[in-house]
Amino acid sequence: MTHRGSRVLHVGSLSRVEGEGSLYLRVQGDEVAEARLAVYEPPRFFEAFLRGRSYTEPPDITSRICGICPVAYQLSACRAIEDACGAVVDGQLAALRRLIYCGEWIESHTLHVHLLHAPDFHGCDNVVELARSRRADVERGLRLKQAGNAIIELLGGRAIHPVNVRLGGFHRVPSRSELRPLAEQLRRAREDAALTVRWVAGFDFPDAGCDHDLLALSEPDTYAIESGTPTVMAAPHTAALPATTRRALPTRTFGVREFGDHVTESQVPHSTALHARLDGRRHLTGPLARYAISGRLLSPVAAQAARDAGLGDPRKGDVCRNPYRSIIVRAVEVLHAVDEALRLIEAYEPPPRPYVEVPPSAGTGHGATEAPRGLLYHRYTLDAQGTVTEAVLVPPTAQNQDAIEEDLRRTVQEHLRAGEPTDAELTAVCERAIRNHDPCISCSTHFLDLTVDRTGSGA
Amino acid sequence: MTAAPRRRPKLAVWKFASCDGCQLTLLDCEDELLGLADQVEIAHFLEASSASAPGPYDLSLVEGSVTTPQDVERIHHIRAVSARLVTIGACATAGGVQALRNYADVAEFQAAVYARPDYIATLATSTPISAHVPVDFELRGCPIDRRQLLEVITAHLAGRRPDIPAHSVCFECKQRGTVCVTVAHGTPCLGPVTHAGCGAICPTYGRGCYGCFGPSNSANLPSFVPLLRRDGMDTLDVVRVLRTFNTAAPAFDAAARTEEER
Repeated sequence: MTHRGSRVLHVGSLSRVEGEGSLYLRVQGDEVAEARLAVYEPPRFFEAFLRGRSYTEPPDITSRICGICPVAYQLSACRAIEDACGAVVDGQLAALRRLIYCGEWIESHTLHVHLLHAPDFHGCDNVVELARSRRADVERGLRLKQAGNAIIELLGGRAIHPVNVRLGGFHRVPSRSELRPLAEQLRRAREDAALTVRWVAGFDFPDAGCDHDLLALSEPDTYAIESGTPTVMAAPHTAALPATTRRALPTRTFGVREFGDHVTESQVPHSTALHARLDGRRHLTGPLARYAISGRLLSPVAAQAARDAGLGDPRKGDVCRNPYRSIIVRAVEVLHAVDEALRLIEAYEPPPRPYVEVPPSAGTGHGATEAPRGLLYHRYTLDAQGTVTEAVLVPPTAQNQDAIEEDLRRTVQEHLRAGEPTDAELTAVCERAIRNHDPCISCSTHFLDLTVDRTGSGA
Repeated sequence: MTAAPRRRPKLAVWKFASCDGCQLTLLDCEDELLGLADQVEIAHFLEASSASAPGPYDLSLVEGSVTTPQDVERIHHIRAVSARLVTIGACATAGGVQALRNYADVAEFQAAVYARPDYIATLATSTPISAHVPVDFELRGCPIDRRQLLEVITAHLAGRRPDIPAHSVCFECKQRGTVCVTVAHGTPCLGPVTHAGCGAICPTYGRGCYGCFGPSNSANLPSFVPLLRRDGMDTLDVVRVLRTFNTAAPAFDAAARTEEER
C-alpha cells in the first residue's frame, strides 16, 4: 500500500506518558510538512486561582498540578516565595529538602525507566507483559521505586502530595534514628540502581542526536537538584557540529530572577499548554541537559556506571545527545540520587528548629529547581500582607515541547527517506520519540491521537 | 470434567481533569502490582499500557473531574460499558482544586492564563463524576490512600462492599496514639470534620489537618467553624482552608459561603 495520496489518519492514544495529548503529522510526498504535539489539557487555571490566596498556600496548592512530581512543585514554590520575603533556608534544612527531592527523582525516574520506557525496547505493551520475560528486572525496578517513595513518605508523610513541606523548611524534622532503617533500604537500592544502569545499557539504541540548546540549573560543586543558576549549553549547529556529537559546547548563565527575560511563553492554537522558547530558540531541559551541564559532578559510583554504560566520561565533559539513550542517563541519575541520599543521611544532624520564619513582604520572588523532567520555574508577586497578586509557573514539558516536535519531525523524515513506512509504523516511531522525553502532559493534558495528514504527489 | 478457566475480571482506569496522582497510586502498589495483574486483567490503563482491550469492564476506576463538553459525553460512555464505577480521589468525587473556578468568571481566568482564550474549550464549572452518572462507590482523598485503593479492588473481587470507614480523622489520631494538635498546641485542625482514610498524617507531623479527604459523614460545620476562630483563624482564613481540594463538597461549600456572607 502506498501512502502518497492525500489522507488523514487517527491512530489510538499515546500511552505510557503522564497524561494525554495528541499528535498531528502532515506529510507531503516524502516530506514532513508539519509535526505537532498537541496538549489538550482540560485547563485547570492554577495561575488564575492562586491570586488572592495566602503566600503560605502555593506549596500545597501547586503540588496538585502533578501527582508524579509534587515535591518539585512544592520546592520551586517555597524558593520563589522565600525569595520574595527575603528568607534563606540553608544548612540541614536545605539538606533535608535535597533528600526528599532525591526521593522524587528515584521514584519518578524509576517509574519511567521500568514501567513506561523499557517496554518500548522489548516490544511489550506494558510492564506486566515485560515481567513475563524479565521478572527479576521488573521486580528490581519496583523495589527501587519503593525506596524512592520511602524517602518521600518518611520526610513528607506520604508519597503523593506530601504534607510536611512548608515555607522555611518542614513542619517536623526526623531524628537520626528514624533515618537509620531508610539508610538500610537505600544501601540495597544502590545495588539495584547500579544493576539497572547495566541492564538498560544493554538495550538496542537507534542512532540519533538532538540539535537543541540545553538548559539546566548548575551549582559550583554539586549536581544541581533543589537550587542553582540557569545554565545554557549551545546547540551543536552553532559550532558546525552534527546533532549526534558528544562534545561539550560553551555555556552561558543568567540569574533565576532574569528567567522571564530569557524564557518566554507563547500560545499556539493546537495546544492548551503554553510553548516556551529560550532567547527565541528551541531548547531542551531534563536529564540530557543536566548530564551535559553537571555530569562532571556526578558521584564517583554514578560516573563509573556512566562510563561502563558507554556514555563516555562525564567527568571529562562527554555529553549524551541521543534521546533514546536518555533511559541510561535517567538510570545514572537514579544511582546518583541514591548515593547522594545516603551521603545526606550520613551527614545529618537534626537542626535546632524545623523551619525558619518567613514573614510576609511585598515584592516579587523567583524560584527554580530541577524536577525529574527538567527545570521548573515559579514566580509570585505578593502584597504586604502576603496575599498572592500574580503567579507564573513554567513547567519543563512546556519548555520541551518545541524540542519534542523537532525530534518528531526529524525521526519521521528519516523513516520516510528510508522506505515507505505504514501509518502503524509511523505511530510507533512517534510514540517512542515522544516517550524519550518523558513528557509530563499531566502537568496539563488530555488526549493523544495521532493524525497523519498525507497530501502530495501521487494522489 | 475440567472446570473452565476462570475469567479474570476486567479493570479499566480512566482519567479526567486531574494531576494523575490517584492513578499513580495503583502503580505505587509496588509489592502488589504484579500479583494484582494475575487476579485482574488490566484492560484499559493509558498511563501504564499501550494495549487497550474493549469493554465491557467489570470495574472502572475514574480519576478527575468533568470540565469540558467532550468529557460529559465520555463519562456517559464509560458508565455504559462499566458494571461498577468507582471514583478515585477528590477531583472525581468533589470536583477537585480546579472547582475553584466555580466561584469565578471563567472567561477572566482564561484571559489570566492564556493570551488567546478563544483557543481553549472549557466548561464554566468543574464537577464531580456523580453530577453526571450514577457512581457505585466514591473513594476519598487528595490523593487517595494506597491501602484503601487495594481494599476497594479486593472487595470488588470478593463481591463485598469495601470496608472504608466514613468517620472523622480524629478516630485515626486516637488509633495512632497521636497527641491532639488542637488540644495540646491550639493548632487549627480540620480533623473533626474531615473524612478518615489518610491515617491522620498531618497531626502526626505536627500540622493541623487541611481537609484533603473532604467532609466526614458526621461533619457539623456550623458548630465546628467557631473552634477554628477560637484557635486564631479569621473569616478569610476559614474560607481559604475550606476552599482547597474539596471546595465543591456540599458541606465545605456551604460553610465557606456562610462565612463569606458574614
